[in-house]
Amino acid sequence: MSHERNADIELRLLIEAIYLKYSYDFRDYSGASVKRRVAHALRQFELKTISALQERVLHDPSAFMQLLQFLTIPVSEMFRDPSHFLAIRQEVVPLLKTYPSLKIWIAGCSTGEEVYSMAILLREEGLLERAIIYATDINPSSLEKAKQGIFSMDSIPGYNTNYLKAGGKRQFSDYYTAAYDYAIFDKTLRENVTFADHSLATDSVFSETQLISCRNVLIYFNKKLQDRAFGLFHDSLCHRGFLVLGSKETLDFSGYKDQFEPLVKQERIYRKS
Amino acid sequence: MRTSFTGIDPNQPALPVVDAIVVGASAGGVEALLTIFRRLPRGFGLPILTVLHLPDERRSHLAEVFRSHLAIPVKEADDKETIAPGTLYFAAPGYHLSVESDFSLSLSQEERVFHSRPSVDILFESAADAYDARLAGVLLTGANNDGARGMARIKEFGGLTVVQDPAQALARTMPEAALALHTPDFLLPLPDIGLLLVELERIAC
Repeated sequence: MSHERNADIELRLLIEAIYLKYSYDFRDYSGASVKRRVAHALRQFELKTISALQERVLHDPSAFMQLLQFLTIPVSEMFRDPSHFLAIRQEVVPLLKTYPSLKIWIAGCSTGEEVYSMAILLREEGLLERAIIYATDINPSSLEKAKQGIFSMDSIPGYNTNYLKAGGKRQFSDYYTAAYDYAIFDKTLRENVTFADHSLATDSVFSETQLISCRNVLIYFNKKLQDRAFGLFHDSLCHRGFLVLGSKETLDFSGYKDQFEPLVKQERIYRKS
Repeated sequence: MRTSFTGIDPNQPALPVVDAIVVGASAGGVEALLTIFRRLPRGFGLPILTVLHLPDERRSHLAEVFRSHLAIPVKEADDKETIAPGTLYFAAPGYHLSVESDFSLSLSQEERVFHSRPSVDILFESAADAYDARLAGVLLTGANNDGARGMARIKEFGGLTVVQDPAQALARTMPEAALALHTPDFLLPLPDIGLLLVELERIAC
């Protein structure tokens, strides 16, 4: 008899079924996190076993879209890790200013917090008008939210603090209109933003870019999938292009370590070498 | 449940062989952890993974603070790092820490558990999944309920569980919540926990 637990067998089968049926590939995601997400989904669906969940999502595409909301992790904030954005302003922006036009890719943009943060920073540095931003994610609901640019008013005080620490030059309130419990962000911030469905696990490079921001996405991947993503970033970036990662993400354990050099290591800002 | 440990006692059941130790602590945890870990000698061979709740400040100096006081190597856990023997890992503030089935570490920013990220439950439950019965879980002082579920999971998978005696803990909520969910193998004061870890290492390494 196999020593593998039933739940582990069922989980592998579910992930395989999702891939075969819907082409969403979670096979190389970090297992511990996926397992928790699925356990959480089981409770929400009020199902007892992962096998029952598999049956449901195989036969009902809308149930799969519901499950996808649990499998992706929409935890984000604007100007998350303010010192990271400050370092982009101080160390990267002066170099970006030398380009006549800019293409920027926010990979795994979730509900858009990273997109609006980057757009605000670029506007204050006079770069937004000559930039095209590609904001991509695998979750269509998240992309739709990102496009709306409407965030809960409850999160604004925290974002405001971050914005100021990140070297913000104006009032954060200049960028949104408060309406009841929501902050509606200035739509001119996303005039040059293209929101698109793109998977780092299954899709390929779509454009040459000067800067790629992929923050707190790679931690959910195993090493193999991380390397696939780094490969895409390497292929997409122009000569000496910039790659910025989340505060605990690193190229150090990757096969692409030598293809990039740290520009501000502490802030996870790298440059293609 | 044994309530003291002063060394190997032939009249007591033998200790199990474990491959790793996980430790959780909250309020009052720094002093408690120092008391335990100071007992560990240079060359101690088991990996120790620790979640200590701290204010959500992005750069923690925990590893540096402990390094200067301890004889064993100490570091903040990195994403996708393979667990090395004899190393004390601290979970980074703002991220959950998990053990993967290949005994590497992974970080995540899933929802907080009992208002905490890192969460003791997440570390303990994932470690129990990976190590099965060959794991010891230690839950110390703290003022919330994080860790109780994780301890129960370790026990359910056949691992060894050790709870700090709430009567001697700076904050008793966390150990008491664990006792409400399961009966641990040991309910001990801090010095005994240190001795027990030394003995577990001697058996395993």
